[in-house]
Amino acid sequence: MARRLTASRRRYGEALIRLALMACAAVSVVTTVGIVVALLEPSIEFFRQVPFGEYLTGSDWSPLFEPSSFGVLPLVVGTLTTTFWACTVALPFGLGAAIYMSEYAGPRARRWLKPALEVLAGIPTVVFGYFALTAVTPFLQDIGLPVEIFNALSAGLVMGVMILPTIASLSDDAMTAVPMALREGAYGLGASKLQVSTRVVVPAALSGIVASFVLGISRAVGETMIVAIAAGAQPTVTFNPYEAVQTMTAYIAQVGIGDVPTGSLEYKTIFAVGATLFAATLIMNMVSIRLVRKYREVYE
Amino acid sequence: MSAAGRVVGGASTRDRVTGLAFQGLLILSLLIGFATLILLFIDVAGDGLGKLSWDFISSFPSSLPARAGIQSPLVGTILLMILVALFAVPIGVGAALYLEEYADKDRWYNRAIEINIQNLAAVPSIVYGILGLAFLVRGLDLGRVLLAGALTLTLLVLPIVIIASREAIRAVPDSIREGALALGATRWQMIQRQILPAAVPGIATGSILALSRAIGETAPLILIGAIVFVPFNPTSLDSAFTALPIQIFNWTTRPQEEFKLLAAAAIIVLLGLLLTMNAFAIWLRNKYQRRW
Repeated sequence: MARRLTASRRRYGEALIRLALMACAAVSVVTTVGIVVALLEPSIEFFRQVPFGEYLTGSDWSPLFEPSSFGVLPLVVGTLTTTFWACTVALPFGLGAAIYMSEYAGPRARRWLKPALEVLAGIPTVVFGYFALTAVTPFLQDIGLPVEIFNALSAGLVMGVMILPTIASLSDDAMTAVPMALREGAYGLGASKLQVSTRVVVPAALSGIVASFVLGISRAVGETMIVAIAAGAQPTVTFNPYEAVQTMTAYIAQVGIGDVPTGSLEYKTIFAVGATLFAATLIMNMVSIRLVRKYREVYE
Repeated sequence: MSAAGRVVGGASTRDRVTGLAFQGLLILSLLIGFATLILLFIDVAGDGLGKLSWDFISSFPSSLPARAGIQSPLVGTILLMILVALFAVPIGVGAALYLEEYADKDRWYNRAIEINIQNLAAVPSIVYGILGLAFLVRGLDLGRVLLAGALTLTLLVLPIVIIASREAIRAVPDSIREGALALGATRWQMIQRQILPAAVPGIATGSILALSRAIGETAPLILIGAIVFVPFNPTSLDSAFTALPIQIFNWTTRPQEEFKLLAAAAIIVLLGLLLTMNAFAIWLRNKYQRRW
């Protein structure tokens, strides 16, 4: 680009503006550093009092009772259970919706399908939580499932609908980026639309699709309000979806609501659990960003 | 399936049936999302419409369900929205301008900023709550006040504003930049008079969507302490405050059925606000978006 023509004199105003804009961009870096410091410092203090091994492998989480116990496994299992049920909804149906939008829908349908999905993605999670508790759980009881009032299944299923638009939209982007020539080649060889979609487009866009799955799972792991409202507050090691569980996020929210004295060991638990949550989602987000970059490199 | 032995133009009946069944499954996938959305609207409307009245909107929260309203949470949400807009839009657009117009993309630190922003966009919102609690409420000793809430939500939506603004700025073709520079404009004159005006619709759309995300958030506000029962409107940046999602959460988690109905009525108000904002954003995009 030919933008390197130098000015006749130094322009200090211009340099100042550049600096100010750079400072704006630096806010994001400061935020990340802030998050890491905010989580790490109290966590280190926490692990001085509670051995790391005991925290990671202990199966009893009762920090607010005497005698207290700090095994994070119940919260991890609670998170995995709700996330699993969210995936059973979001992964297949999110991918299905994406294939439809990218391969089957005409340009007019596409124009309103995407904004409509955005509306679904814009519903606050506290509203989804209300819906899970007051509509989905009673429905599950009506069809004869032995669910408790608070249960992992209802929260998980609703969470699946919540992350469905994320997966559908990102997978659609990946499939739209697959060059037309690949499809035309397949059609030319006599393939049907079903074959083109499932054997050409989906494999070609696989890294983008997997990226959307990983990001969706990361969002399910980090989601707070739906599980805090509908999944309960019982840290137990159970994969039974009919029972109440407590996720990592729901525990942090529970302590946030209560009046735990600042600086106490109980107070530091939210930072330790928060750090665990942050680490887990960070790894997934990095994987997802890598994968998206991969398909962009191939097709764009 | 024996695709090899097939005559051009004629698919077997079996293939056609499988094709149709597959298409049916795809449509079902889409319907799951939309059906849930409609059921959710019906559920909330059925529970809440009966409670919705001017009295409900103008009364303060109360421990008596018959007298409870949403004035202070609604005012809190609107104030939060205004503050987040004031903070997040200038910083977000500034960061986007730096990354698109100034940053040398081959430098490692600029690439790091970029990856960092993508990452921040996916950090769970409750982690931002922990950040706000540790640095704003305790570190800067702001306390559990409106300003702490607004700043926390600003950091939360900043990546969204940046990403949307960057796309809008990137969509302005280089010929405009080159034209301005060739006529002797400085880089900032070019940005101020050519790039920004052309990118405003995209920036506005992205910002409105980011704001609607901000006012729907509950988890970060819980952590920085907006849960308290607040029967008055915030009057300054250091007032205690509450917000609509917090009030909805509070009412939803009470065992009495009466409060659940109040929660539904408050949800109708919140969704009304959000859908209006979303519709406005989409209208803005369709009306002003230019294809170059």
